[in-house]
Amino acid sequence: MGNVVAMILAGGQGARLGVLTERIAKPAVPFGGKYRLIDFTLSNCVNSGIYRVGVLTQYRPHVLAKHIGIGRPWDLDRKDGGVEILPPYVGRNESDWYKGTANAVYQNLEFLEENDAELVLVLSGDHVYAMNYNDLIDYHLLKGADGTIACMEVPLEEASRFGIIITDVEGRIVDFEEKPLRPRSNLASLGIYVFNYEFLKKVLIEAENDPNSSHDFGKDVIPKILKENKGSLYAYRFDGYWRDVGTLRSYWEANLELVLPVPSFNLYDPNWRFFTHSEEMPPAYVAPEAKTSISLVSEGAEVYGEVFNSVIFQGVRIGRGTVVKNSVIMTRTEIGENSHLENVIVAENVKIGNNVRMGVGEDAENRLDPKIYTGLLTVVGMNSTIPDDVIIGKNCVIGVGVKPKDFKTKKLESGDYVLSGEEW
Amino acid sequence: MRVLGLILAGGKSDRLWPLTKVRASAAVPVFGKYRAIDFTLSNMVNSGIRKVGILTQYNPRSLMDHLGAGKEWDLDRKSGGLFILQPYVGPNREVWYRGTADAIFQNMTILRRGEEDHVLIGSGDHIYKMIYRDMFNYHLRKRADITLLVKELDETYNLSEYGIVQLDRDMRVVEIEEKPIRPKGNIAFLGVYFLNKELLKELLYATAPQGRYDLLLDIVIPNLDRLKVYAYRFDGYWRNVKKGIREYYRINMDILKKEVRDELFYKNGKVYTKLKDLPPPKFTSTAVVENSLIADGSIIAGTVRSSVVFRNVRIKVGAIVENSIIMENTVVEEGAVLRNVIVDKNCIVREGRVVEGNGELPVFEKRAVL
Repeated sequence: MGNVVAMILAGGQGARLGVLTERIAKPAVPFGGKYRLIDFTLSNCVNSGIYRVGVLTQYRPHVLAKHIGIGRPWDLDRKDGGVEILPPYVGRNESDWYKGTANAVYQNLEFLEENDAELVLVLSGDHVYAMNYNDLIDYHLLKGADGTIACMEVPLEEASRFGIIITDVEGRIVDFEEKPLRPRSNLASLGIYVFNYEFLKKVLIEAENDPNSSHDFGKDVIPKILKENKGSLYAYRFDGYWRDVGTLRSYWEANLELVLPVPSFNLYDPNWRFFTHSEEMPPAYVAPEAKTSISLVSEGAEVYGEVFNSVIFQGVRIGRGTVVKNSVIMTRTEIGENSHLENVIVAENVKIGNNVRMGVGEDAENRLDPKIYTGLLTVVGMNSTIPDDVIIGKNCVIGVGVKPKDFKTKKLESGDYVLSGEEW
Repeated sequence: MRVLGLILAGGKSDRLWPLTKVRASAAVPVFGKYRAIDFTLSNMVNSGIRKVGILTQYNPRSLMDHLGAGKEWDLDRKSGGLFILQPYVGPNREVWYRGTADAIFQNMTILRRGEEDHVLIGSGDHIYKMIYRDMFNYHLRKRADITLLVKELDETYNLSEYGIVQLDRDMRVVEIEEKPIRPKGNIAFLGVYFLNKELLKELLYATAPQGRYDLLLDIVIPNLDRLKVYAYRFDGYWRNVKKGIREYYRINMDILKKEVRDELFYKNGKVYTKLKDLPPPKFTSTAVVENSLIADGSIIAGTVRSSVVFRNVRIKVGAIVENSIIMENTVVEEGAVLRNVIVDKNCIVREGRVVEGNGELPVFEKRAVL
């Protein structure tokens, strides 16, 4: 096997996650009690023995860069190789923001050269899955392909959300359509590619010189290779767990799946561990009067109330008499006493007062952005404070950094929102 | 001020048997994820000490494994950092450490080299949280030769197991009685010494070659008249795990009290330990957990009350664990009942097995199958 270099695309904003990605890139979104989304891809790399990794960042990279650091938690602090953060930079043009996924890799061809790449894995930093990339690479080499795309069968009604692949009997891709209105198959691209380096270099340079290109693998580069019959692309079928937690609903569901007795995604598999930059916190404490079931309760959490069917992140405090149900509560959030939270996603460092009720009442369409804030979920952005005695309905949004004075009323009807009075 | 930290971690401690059958007392697991030495080591790091020597002797494997290169304490340094000081065979000598002073004397090189002016000597089996800086300032202000950390012990301690000090009104130590049968007071020495490095060297050269090997008995106590030995008072939570199984158990149960957790975990800096990156603890639909500490990687499907559950433990459906300490990787199978017991790492408690420590505290050693 040749020298494999992984390029993780981690620049995405993840706009459909609303306030969760207002301050951080989607790959930095917390998941599963102590992880961030990028941990899964990084861990898959090291578990697959790939120790040369570039992380392509663009949108709000600070949290992501801090999280990855020199790659110590993943054993990616290497003398040779290791992990490198690759932000856009000013090149010959005044600004070379990444114009698309393909352009991001194109702008870092030098990094691939330096690492003597023979095979390039192009990965997304915001998917939740466990995959041994060696199986993909073995298949790629066996087929003698120029490029191989990992794909998975999805329900036909969901197929139009994905890049759809049509193959011949040998598994060779004959057609690729990005998010087609009328999908001709249910084989969806997972956005996980392996390319022979020389081939990739050639097609990326061509795409760069093409004024009509959108510089995106799915939208442009892959269809073009197929249309012009530039090389052989194969489809590798993956049948494990894979999620693009791109919407609040899917994010919430994927988190709550983890609490099931036999979850489809196993964080506890000793043979495929997920590493993260964990904070140093003591074990979780559950008080005498507390009730905790069907939940993950992370380190540093102290539970004095009731937690049911929820994912509680590190350092979360849940006060006496407070009930947290069907919810995701992120790191260091503090909830006072006698509050009730149901179907909510609360981001990091939020303070929720006493006697607060959230996620209650009738359903109503969200007035800020009904496309994003749906699914009967109420979402609270990071660093916000919700004062005592506030009642908040379903499909509500509390923005990032909201202060008590931003609440003009003690009762928010379903679908309402409160944003911070301060501009950032 | 540049301070060298030395941690005495060589102890065998028969009183913690069988927990110390496979490890030094400093490496005894506490509070779900820590080892005893994490507290003194974190205190030193949190106080700005950047060079720490660990004096080991008895069964150091688990201690060495835990400490590694000192990465978790930010002691993996180009200069300074962590030094493991083990007994060794030299050209002219082959001797185990014969006492605390001898251990340091045999490692005179660490005192000779380096720019440190002072030495803080602590013990690897004490559980407390403290930033030492005020003690250093006190030492300088008093123009002391040696400053000892002391604490007024209440009735929950057996005073005759400690070094009891007598102080004058200026806090100068006038007398120390090691483990007195009839203690004359309740101020105990906590095993922490702070002194000038050059002075320590002198004292060691003056005593160790004459066959006197104990830091307290042979160096401090005989010199109380000649040297200015002062006491610095510590008022926080302080316990010594080495004092016996019952004391070890009690310390672990103390952490279920909010004020003890707040003090040990959240005040005066963090407690650092070797991280394992395990997933968060999981509570299934049948889990009942009350007043307990549950560490990472554990899956609780049974009942856990007033207990400390370490990392990667499985408590299966119908199992009941009460007033117990369950260490890493132990599996308590369906319907098993444990009350008032200590179960070491990697044990299996078989289905339906009932063990109740009535009045005593059964301890099951590593890899036991109950």
